[in-house]
Amino acid sequence: MKKHKGQSEFSRFVYQLSKNKMAMIGLVILLIEVLIAIFATQIAPYGYQEIDPTALRQVPSAKHWFGTDEIGRDIFSRVVVGTRYSLSMGIIATAISSVIGIVIGAVAGFAGGWTDNIIMRALDVIQSLPGMLLTIVMSAVLGSGYFNTILALSVGAIPGQARMLRANMLKQRKAEYIEAAYSINCSPARIIFTHLVPNSISANIVGMTMGVAHTIIQAASLSFIGLGVQPPTPDWGAMLSGARAFIRKSPHMVIFPGLAIAVTVLAVNMLGDGIRDALDPKLKK
Amino acid sequence: MSESMVRVEGLKKYFSTARGLLHAVDDVTMDIEKGHTVGIVGESGCGKSTLGRTIIHLLDKTDGKIFLEGEDVSDVKGKDLKRVREQMQIIFQDPYSSIDPKKSIRDTVKEPLKVSGRYSKSEIEEKTDMLMDLVGIDERLKYAYPHELDGGRRQRVGIARALALDPKFVVCDEPVSALDVSIQAQVLNLLKKLQMDRDLTYMFVTHDMSVVKHISDEICVMYLGQVVEKCPSKELFKMPLHPYTKALLSAIPSIDIDHPNKREILRGELTSPINPKPGCRFAARCKFATEKCLEPQEQQEVSPGHFVRCCRVEELG
Repeated sequence: MKKHKGQSEFSRFVYQLSKNKMAMIGLVILLIEVLIAIFATQIAPYGYQEIDPTALRQVPSAKHWFGTDEIGRDIFSRVVVGTRYSLSMGIIATAISSVIGIVIGAVAGFAGGWTDNIIMRALDVIQSLPGMLLTIVMSAVLGSGYFNTILALSVGAIPGQARMLRANMLKQRKAEYIEAAYSINCSPARIIFTHLVPNSISANIVGMTMGVAHTIIQAASLSFIGLGVQPPTPDWGAMLSGARAFIRKSPHMVIFPGLAIAVTVLAVNMLGDGIRDALDPKLKK
Repeated sequence: MSESMVRVEGLKKYFSTARGLLHAVDDVTMDIEKGHTVGIVGESGCGKSTLGRTIIHLLDKTDGKIFLEGEDVSDVKGKDLKRVREQMQIIFQDPYSSIDPKKSIRDTVKEPLKVSGRYSKSEIEEKTDMLMDLVGIDERLKYAYPHELDGGRRQRVGIARALALDPKFVVCDEPVSALDVSIQAQVLNLLKKLQMDRDLTYMFVTHDMSVVKHISDEICVMYLGQVVEKCPSKELFKMPLHPYTKALLSAIPSIDIDHPNKREILRGELTSPINPKPGCRFAARCKFATEKCLEPQEQQEVSPGHFVRCCRVEELG
């Protein structure tokens, strides 16, 4: 067995991750998407709002790579510019909800007793509302716009992350290695973050990768009912729902934004699986 | 008589349960001499592990006093608690669950040194190497993860972690009961060697009478949270006095076919440790029980260093 001599946990993690081909493919795809998002206006051949009344719902051609939509806008340009919104909303909203959820879950799972009870009942209240309704209410209260939408999207995902971590932490909390940590005078913070969280977090990482996909779709639903980012902003989900009516006559209008979502989700999933495996020493190769 | 390392007086640990107070450790008084090994034996649930954990301040005691080298450490807090914990360590029963599976074994051994804040980075590395060498973990396994090791090696990691801060007193909570017999001997010998080299005092919790005979200087027999008999280990095997001890010793299988042990089978159920009656805890199963046994029992010294908690010990001889 080849041993990695890196001293720190982090360098071992990077090493393990870099050896995972699927994770690296996912990472490369995401990096390319990030580059596309940054240089979107340079890459897009047309403006995302530019209307060509002479070319409505055209199939893909050399002139319009992904065809045009019902009012003659170039779909390729819109998908490229849309990367900015969809990708960042999906990733940022998931990151916010995961971090908050994990911290809340860690506190509840570690403290137990009353603290746990109060936190869990508060999460019950949030979860008793249908997720979509909650997001709608949040974005109605906060108003539309990019950052408000991100906030609205992240709130609904917090309880799930918190619960997942708490449940796994409760399992670990009574383990003897935690008792051992007490006996060598580890502080509660050290026990939570160096022992309990690393041993409880794998389900959360999988949850995050699924969360990104879910959030992109949810953002689309928000746009569809007039909340969230507003037209003509080329959000992938919004393009998808806008093209719904033409799915039979002009399937390309649905296929390309859909493909963009699918590729992103796939890449996030591959990277997420890789991260989880790299964090688990039992799965190292 | 040599100096006392750990002394407990009237130590009690109760757990509140839905059905009442569970008397896990009830009024235990004992002295553990420096450099000695005291074996704590008794059946499951008699409070032996709880006693060990309470003494080293892993569990909060309900009542009683704990002395470490004559210093009253019953109610230490904050900095003092940390100092006391460093001097009293524990080796756990299950080497599979007592080591963090996500950390390399080197990190596990290193952690107490890091947390103590007493050593510089290079000293930590140096001491870690020394500790792993001390407990006999191969150089090639330095960066291994727990799942790559067998039970015996994992237990060595647990021992290295416990010894990292140079404790004086170590509670061994059934350290070999999860291991194969062949490995048991290795670990026991390692513990003995470490005791000699580092002048350690052990409290050896176990239910395995042959292990306790091998390693202890003194033996404490516990029954439902109370010490029913305590004496030097040779004396216990030669001349057990308490009826429970007799029954316990008769359960050791004999390898001599001509003189098989006459096994004494205990009748009756284990009394519940929840809200127990004031009398002798063993009375319900004891064939010598009389009216007198239903009153609280005092611990008496029948011969020097031999304590028994039974009111009829004189008559039964």
